[in-house]
Amino acid sequence: MTENVLSGWNRKIQPPAYTPDYKSSRARSPRQPLIKPNFRTSETDGPVFFQGDLGPNDNNLLCNFYHDGDPIGERILVFGRVLDENGKSVPGTLVEIWQANAAGRYRHLSDDYLAPLDPNFGGCGRTLTDEDGNYSFKTIRPGPYPWPNGDNSWRPAHIHISVFGGEFAQRLVSQIYFEGDPLIPLCPIINSVPDRPAINRLVAKLDMDASTPFDCLAYRFDVVLRGPASTLFENRLEGN
Amino acid sequence: MSGKPIQTVSQTAGPFVHIGLVTPQAGFEVYENELGGDIALPDIPGQRICVEGAIYDGNDEPVKDAVIEFWQADGEGRFARPNANDGFRGWGRVGVDFETGQWRINTIKPGPVSEAEDTVHAPHICLWIIARGINIGLNTRLYFDDEKEANVSDPLLSIIENPERRATLMASSKAENRYHFNIKLQGDNETVFLDI
Repeated sequence: MTENVLSGWNRKIQPPAYTPDYKSSRARSPRQPLIKPNFRTSETDGPVFFQGDLGPNDNNLLCNFYHDGDPIGERILVFGRVLDENGKSVPGTLVEIWQANAAGRYRHLSDDYLAPLDPNFGGCGRTLTDEDGNYSFKTIRPGPYPWPNGDNSWRPAHIHISVFGGEFAQRLVSQIYFEGDPLIPLCPIINSVPDRPAINRLVAKLDMDASTPFDCLAYRFDVVLRGPASTLFENRLEGN
Repeated sequence: MSGKPIQTVSQTAGPFVHIGLVTPQAGFEVYENELGGDIALPDIPGQRICVEGAIYDGNDEPVKDAVIEFWQADGEGRFARPNANDGFRGWGRVGVDFETGQWRINTIKPGPVSEAEDTVHAPHICLWIIARGINIGLNTRLYFDDEKEANVSDPLLSIIENPERRATLMASSKAENRYHFNIKLQGDNETVFLDI
């Protein structure tokens, strides 16, 4: 029996709540210090999902909103591994993604960008990681789009990703960017991250070995969740 | 990857988070089985309760695009585990109302949770809040103001020295089995958020 203690958020690399260049954060960032419980908490457990919760095409955005054909755009495979900070795979965990279509338009009641919707593209997918922590999605590469932050602000192409992990405290949302996108250094949301290497790790890398000839290119994106910082109980045993 | 893996950094869920996490709210459907609507199915034993509230920003404007996730124990203080699959998931999520910022959940009241031999947590629900403008998801807890005795000895409430701040974690009992819980992201009556 081991009792793991989750490592904390690394505040040197994680974005702070208040990042004024990203205007929406100004009024939505707590100003009081966070309270840190010094005991094992309820958040060290977390929900469990089952294969039966999902449908067979949930991770295939090329066909999960089929109307009368394939979606328009560059067909890609986005794949990777969910692991923790000790390099241990996180199997059976729920990964969810959402994104704009190839033109940069979201299928969402609140998106009024003039670019067109794609009748065959919904823009969401979900899957459980396999026993080695691997996940994959077939989709189209999203387009960049303008947003109301400055006079002429554009988001780089990105896919939103949500990961559970085994503990509610590991809950993470982030964004997957694409190698070579010139909009990346201009984006205040990306620049909310105070650490250049951490930003680089948000950029999915082209992986020709994983691509399918005459079908789709592949981009790799690994997700590292906060992991057990130490195994206190085991250490104690060793000390005895 | 060389060396020890480094934790992935968070990015805001953005205003279109519903597409991925509560798809019908975005205005369409993809999944046969939407997740998160059933914290406790109707046949789960326990005291059925409804908790509702709103979420506000530092300018007292409703935050209309937030998604809130909930994680709680069952009526006897047990969290759902992989092999305790009796229909109690103990987890759910809602997108707040686009017009008003209001949210509501139907669940069972959680029991007190024993974390260790001598540590008992008062009945509570864990919350995780994401939205446009929130760079890293916010964790907090909801307690019940009609559990006065249990709340007094709760280890988390006990380390919040200022009673006014402690009060931000209390859902108020409005009527039988109905509670109200507002979340304030910033400013006066700012909710206590946790570094867990």
